Order: sequence, then structure tokens, then C-alpha cells
Amino acid sequence: MIRAAGAILRKDLRLELRTKESVPAMTLFTLTVYVLFHFGLDRDSLDGELAAGVLWVTLLLAAVIGVSRLFAAEREQGGIDALLLAPIDRTSLFLAKASALFLFLVAVELVAVPAFGLLLLGPDLGGTLPELPAILLLGNLGVAAVGALVAALAAETRARELIVPLLLLPLLVPVLISCAQATEPLLRQEQGPEDLGRWLGLLTLYDVVFVLLCVAVFDYLLED
Amino acid sequence: MYSKGFMPLATATVVALTTALALAFFYAPLDADQGFVQKIFYVHVPMAIVALGGFVAGGVMGILHLRSGDPSWDLRSYVAIHLSVILGSGVLITGAIWAKASWGHWWVWDEPVLVSFLVVFLLYCVYYPLRFSIEDPERQARYSSVFAIVAGAFVPLNFVAVRMAETFTHPRVLSQTGGSLPGEMRLTFLVSLLAMALLFVTLWKLELTAKHASMQLKRLRRRLDARVTA
Repeated sequence: MIRAAGAILRKDLRLELRTKESVPAMTLFTLTVYVLFHFGLDRDSLDGELAAGVLWVTLLLAAVIGVSRLFAAEREQGGIDALLLAPIDRTSLFLAKASALFLFLVAVELVAVPAFGLLLLGPDLGGTLPELPAILLLGNLGVAAVGALVAALAAETRARELIVPLLLLPLLVPVLISCAQATEPLLRQEQGPEDLGRWLGLLTLYDVVFVLLCVAVFDYLLED
Repeated sequence: MYSKGFMPLATATVVALTTALALAFFYAPLDADQGFVQKIFYVHVPMAIVALGGFVAGGVMGILHLRSGDPSWDLRSYVAIHLSVILGSGVLITGAIWAKASWGHWWVWDEPVLVSFLVVFLLYCVYYPLRFSIEDPERQARYSSVFAIVAGAFVPLNFVAVRMAETFTHPRVLSQTGGSLPGEMRLTFLVSLLAMALLFVTLWKLELTAKHASMQLKRLRRRLDARVTA
């Protein structure tokens, strides 16, 4: 199962490296949203709650693009039939797609978060160093699991472009809450009281529940 | 098929609803703080509890459908979610009225129960576009069940998350000590809850029977058409 998942993941990564479709688009999108927030809020620098909110809303909106493109190659080229015919567990397909999305998100954040520090953030980004990457990784895990499931759910519907954001964003509200609340004290001008453990706990709970749930129900999708 | 025991159930619903209304208006004492408007509590809270129960029940029926492959479980799950969405809009409207009357605003964001209910409601509204944009009936049933299960698990998790994020203002009616409700109010509340649950089950059965009948009618029409053209 792990080998099959690895093979599909390698295929997806190679495809992304050659076509350069999802990650550059997602990164560009985050920069555009920063510009929108700059004018929409009419602020040159953000800190605290506002900064955490802008950062996480931008990242989640960028994730929507990645999720709606996740099965694009399979759908357009008919590769999904070959994957379904292959004698492999469906779970490996889920693992591969979720890992691909996870890596895409990491790649986007490598540009988008420093860009946020440069363009909008008031306090120095260096002060957030050990904690922020941990929050980002835990958040990505939840987004990747739910995103792969939503992508598979929406792949077979007619109104795909419509279903993905409508379905994904409400499901990610707990991720937004815990990530934004955990990030907020790190982005304040003066260091305030932190409540990191509580929010990371909630985030971990979310990740565990949804990874297990998605693995359990994914077998029933894409089966014909 | 679905209409077994419908008459006694419908009668029980009517009796329970009448009793609940009578108790709410004539038996339960007026709230010292909020006065008459507090009576909306006997509609709003049971409705919310029954709607959330319906969402979770829809998820359980989704599991049963995936395990057994029996399409009637998908129909049950669909009708349960459909009714819960309708009740959900009732909850949001009555909640807004109550909030306006007792807190002075139509919508209060520092109110975890209201906000998490809105998120859940928004999520379940997507059930319709998802379900009806899949044509193949077998796949439609399977995908809808997957949605019902995931969303059903999301309901409690979302409540935990939102509750942690907001400060408390909502009266906690159902805490373990029985809350701060005096005896008469609690009795009225429990009867209203029972009445609402019975109403839900009655409507659920009615809708299932109607859907089943119209499906059978369609099948018969198709057979008749086939015979006429042949």
C-alpha cells in the first residue's frame, strides 16, 4: 500500500514539476490576496489578531485552488480509470493525493509566509520561528486530509468548481479557529500571554479525527 | 413500506404538541428577567437539539447504507438531513428573534452555540448541490452517504472548536446539574423536546412515504409507456 501510494505521489510531483500548474498559481493567488487585504483594510502593516486572520484566510483560500486541481489530470486525461483498474487499495490513492496536497501547501507557504512578513506584517517574523512552522504543518495536515476527500467527492459531480469551495471552507472552520488563535500571540507587537497548547491540542484532535474518517470513507468513493 | 404505525405516531405528535404549547403558555412561569419573550425558548432549543440529532442520525444512516448497500438507507438519510436543514432555518430565525429581544442585536458573534450552528447549517446546505449534481443514482447514494458521515462527525467537533474560541454568554440549559431551570420550566422544556422529536419522526415518515410512492408511480408509468409503445 505504501509503495503504491509512493508511486502515485511521485507521479503527481513529477507532473507538477513539469507542468507547474498548481503551486505557482496558488502562490500567485496568495500575493494577490495580500494586495487585496492591503487595500481592503487600508492598512500598511498588520499585527496580532488581524495579521493571524489575514494570513490564515489567505492560506485556506489558496488551498481551495489546490484542492480543485487535485484530480484535474486524472479527470481530463482519463487516468482515473487506469488507477481504478490497478490492483491497489483505494487508501493508497487517498494517501498519495493527501501527501501531494500537503507538499503543495508546504511549497506555497515557503513563499507565501515570508512574503506576508515582508509585505504586511508589522512585527518581525523571526520572533515566531519555532512555533509558527509547527502550527503550519499541523494545519496543513488537516487541510490535506479534508482536501483530498473533498476533491474526490467533487470530482464526479457536474458542479465541481462550485462544490469544492462551498464544501471545503465550512469543514475547515475548526482549522481556521485553532490556527488563527494559536498564531495570534506570535504576531503581536509586544509579547502577550500564549495559549498555544490548547489550540495545538484542538488542531491535533481535528487532524486525527479527519485523517481516520477520510481513510475510512474514501474506499466508497471512486468505485465502479 | 414506510407508513407502518403512522396513525398512532401522528396522534401522539398532535397530543404532545398541544400539551407542550399549553404548558408553555399556561403552566410555565414567566421569566423574571426576560418576561414573555422567553417562551420562544420552548421552540428554539428543542428545534436546535432535534435538528442536530437529525444531522447525526443522517450520518448514522449513511454508515448503514455504505455497509449494507441498501438504497433505502440513503433515502432515509437524505430525508433526515433535509428535514434538519428546514428545522435549522427555523432555529436560526427564532434564535435571531430571541437575541434581538433579550440582547438587543439580531446576531451575536460572541455566542458559540449560534455561530457553530450557522457553520453546520452552511455546510449542510451544500448537501443539495452535491447530491443533485450526480446523475447516476447508485453513485449519488454513495457520495451522499459519504458526505452525511463526514458532516455528521464534523458537528460535535465544530461545536467544541467554536465553544473554545468564544466567550460564554449563552445560558447553558443542559449542563449536568440540570442547568438553572426551575422545575416547571424543565418539565415544559422536556415535553416540548419530546413533541419536537415526535414531529420530526412523523414528518420524516410522511416524506419517506411520499418519496416512495412517487418513485413507484414513476416506475409504473414507465412500464405503462413501454406497453403502449410496444
